[in-house]
Amino acid sequence: MIDNIQPKPLPEVELPELRQIGRPLRRVDALGKAVGATVYAADYSMPNMLRAKVFRSDRPHARIVRLDVSKAKALAGVACVLTGEDVKGANLNTDMPGQTGRPTRSGSDAPVLALDAVRYVGEPIALVAAETVALAEEAVGRIEIEYEELPAVFDPEQALRPGAPILFEPDNVVSRYTIRKGDLEKGMAEADLVVENTFRMPFVEHAYLEPDAGVAWIDEQGVINIRVATQVVEHFRSVARALCLPQNKVRVRGTMVGGGFGSKEDVTVEIFLAFLARETGRPVKLVYTREEAFLATSKRHPFKITHRTGVKRDGRITASHVEMVADSGAYPYLTPYVLLYATGMATGPYRIDNVHVDSVAAATNQSFTSAFRGFGGPQAALAYEQQMDAIAAALGMDPLEVRRINYLRTGDTTCTGQAVTSAVWSEECATRALHALGDRTSGSKTRRIGRGLANTFQSYGRITWFHDTSRAWVGVEQDGTVVLRCGVPDIGAGQSNSLCQIAAEILGVPLDHVTIYATDSAVTPLAGTSTATRQLYMSGNAVCLAANTIRARLTARAAKHIGVSEKEIELGNSRVWVKDDPDRFIELAEVAQLCAAGGIELSQLAQFNAPFTGGLDPETGQGDIWPDFTFGAVAVEVAVDAETGQIELLKCAAAHDVGRAINRAAVEGQIAGGTHQGLGYALMEEFALKDGRVVTPSFAEYLIPTTLDYPATEVIVLESGTGIGPFGAKGIGEPALTPAAPAVANAVADALGVRIHEVPLTAERVLEAVDEARKKGLL
Amino acid sequence: METRTVTLDVNGRTHDAAIAPNTTLLEALRALGYTDVKNGCEKGDCGACAVLLNGRAVNSCLVLAWQAEGQEIVTNRGLGTIEHPHPIQEAFADTGAVQCGFCTSGMIIATKAMLNRNPDPTEDEIREGLSGNLCRCTGYGQIVEAVRLAAERLRRSSSSLSSLRGEGTPRKDGHEHAPVERVRVSDDEFGAGDNS
Repeated sequence: MIDNIQPKPLPEVELPELRQIGRPLRRVDALGKAVGATVYAADYSMPNMLRAKVFRSDRPHARIVRLDVSKAKALAGVACVLTGEDVKGANLNTDMPGQTGRPTRSGSDAPVLALDAVRYVGEPIALVAAETVALAEEAVGRIEIEYEELPAVFDPEQALRPGAPILFEPDNVVSRYTIRKGDLEKGMAEADLVVENTFRMPFVEHAYLEPDAGVAWIDEQGVINIRVATQVVEHFRSVARALCLPQNKVRVRGTMVGGGFGSKEDVTVEIFLAFLARETGRPVKLVYTREEAFLATSKRHPFKITHRTGVKRDGRITASHVEMVADSGAYPYLTPYVLLYATGMATGPYRIDNVHVDSVAAATNQSFTSAFRGFGGPQAALAYEQQMDAIAAALGMDPLEVRRINYLRTGDTTCTGQAVTSAVWSEECATRALHALGDRTSGSKTRRIGRGLANTFQSYGRITWFHDTSRAWVGVEQDGTVVLRCGVPDIGAGQSNSLCQIAAEILGVPLDHVTIYATDSAVTPLAGTSTATRQLYMSGNAVCLAANTIRARLTARAAKHIGVSEKEIELGNSRVWVKDDPDRFIELAEVAQLCAAGGIELSQLAQFNAPFTGGLDPETGQGDIWPDFTFGAVAVEVAVDAETGQIELLKCAAAHDVGRAINRAAVEGQIAGGTHQGLGYALMEEFALKDGRVVTPSFAEYLIPTTLDYPATEVIVLESGTGIGPFGAKGIGEPALTPAAPAVANAVADALGVRIHEVPLTAERVLEAVDEARKKGLL
Repeated sequence: METRTVTLDVNGRTHDAAIAPNTTLLEALRALGYTDVKNGCEKGDCGACAVLLNGRAVNSCLVLAWQAEGQEIVTNRGLGTIEHPHPIQEAFADTGAVQCGFCTSGMIIATKAMLNRNPDPTEDEIREGLSGNLCRCTGYGQIVEAVRLAAERLRRSSSSLSSLRGEGTPRKDGHEHAPVERVRVSDDEFGAGDNS
């Protein structure tokens, strides 16, 4: 049905031609990584350094009856063993105080080391520091523990039932939201048809290539230094809280991060290392094995989402009731926020006047869940976008047409009543992605061809009542080169490069004249977290502020020197000249020297503040949550083998309005890579647990896409210029992932005529659907 | 476990190092400072630790250090430097094939081995050649593009070289830009399993 689609003409947008912005320049970090010169957290060593290991629970829920570390301590070469008794009261900062606008759940924060009880397999119980890794491992093997098993719960719905084992009193509710917009009953009464479906999503592992790692030591000022792979250098505050230290006595020095995707947003090894370094007075290094990185870090939340949608025969949605149940695992971590994101995006990029959303997250005795690229958005999208296709099927309409009728437009409101202020290019994206699929591949009775579309939206920037800020420092040296200092953690998405490219544009220098110092909580201005698709928006704007201030000083000085007014001046290619008379110029280096000689400041620290709003109405859940949204679409074509249940992805196209591409190659990389993760989410990835125990402990069992699994995504970059980031940019890191999985699910449903309501779409599930299709006479 | 002095020839340097029999080549190389060899899984699933062993790409986590004695070991850093990058490294940087960079050294080693065998691979051959190397960031499209670009640049430079020389001399693995003089380094003993 969605064949031969022509791209919707784009509204006219005038984007000024720029020298650096928008070009596919080689990222500033690319060559160092390509030649293997970049140093990652696990690559650092210190003199006299100890190696650490963590002793972890192998029970999903148990009381610790006896813990004896004496044999571990007695082993020659073991410097120290710490247990819950030694770090009593210290926690992992996993229950953030009240930022969701809901009260903090006291007592449910994860302790640094379990004291009386363990609540999931993998929970840390003791830390060992020894002369070598082998010795530390041997010491861990000598720790003796006796458990008394407690009843456990592995399903969030069961966890909410009366009589379920309770992880933390009074109940297993970790977070709950209620959205009431318009009049649901009235909307349902107006509907000609009510469509109801329930969708399920599993635990998913981030599977970044770099296992978590760090090195800690105490310097000559008594400051605990922690060199660590992290998305959040501001965790120096979490470390200080855990160790009861002043915050200026902890320094986190981030490194280039070998992939984070949200997992390195939580505290990982930092607090363990800080305790061990303080206890031993020696540098200590902790590197997780792959298995430990799977076992001991967060996962994407499993969700069960039910949509009941009232719709008119002409395709207009009149009412939507969405219920969500999410699995928080054993500790809250970022669950309340992830649930808020899923709740606020529950009805997708569609205008619906009458909405109820009821969402709840429950604790279970399983791996804890926290941030993962998309932060609840992908789960919401898997439900609302499959529901859109189900509505189209129920009405006998084209899936694109049903979407067209209901698309949000600028000025319309989301389910929380937040008005969208930037361009909404949903249809522009959808038609381009579909157009890119070209002619439909021919299939057969057993090789079924299907096409699917998904339109999604995803916020960028943090929750607006967080009062988010970022800082950057920009300086011009006397030879006209530029130095940038910004606490931005670079997790591989090109965070530092974008900032350099922005500074280069504004200060009129080539990109290789900019050097950035980043991700140090003590010596680079704090830029906030590399999460929530916020760094380009937040730190990009901070760099703009700082660089524009310096630019004004440079051009004023240059104008004075040449003897013209500032308005007549142009800055570029490391030179300042008179616009109408390029032969009258002065080199940037010379301007910098003149400024220095005249006492004019050549550096600037600037802070960018995001727009602040109040919280949501506690009764209706109405209010603003995010600064802005990115809209995008993915279209795919699949072949489903009705004999084997195998799904082959034939074509994939992704179109996103990124506002303005700062670095085109980097944007394309984000879209292609995010789409790929979404394809894996749809087709193969499940972090499987059985009775709380991991059954996919490594890359041998937990499969992620290889070069052979999917063809390259055709990436379509649109630029409305209406974002609130620098030069009109929107964010793309998380939005890139969100539409891919529902597009695949819709394509498989198109191929079979039967919908599979749970991802991943394994061969077993496909074959069940094939049976169902045959019974219905569809195959 | 008892160590033995093993001579390892890495990127043109010769190391005499005391190594236990159960130490993998990955552990040994990282302990010797070759941190471009990445530890991603230690069981051959991810390819981040790939090195060239006599020109063949191997996962160094699946080779014992003792087995590598007497063989020519080349890591990504042995191929080029920031000042003089290898054409493959340059192509990876130019095409957006590098995001977080953690898989990159292994990818480039796998590419080098592939292009040695097949200087003009098709897309299918490129994908087959890199199928043992996981990347979580890029979706592989730009990596495939990088290999294609590298192959093209290498073919062009080798044909211009051979037209200059009037011959098609294949170049020796990994030493286009690496230092040629051999240095003998004596290393302190390091413990087995010290996968720094």
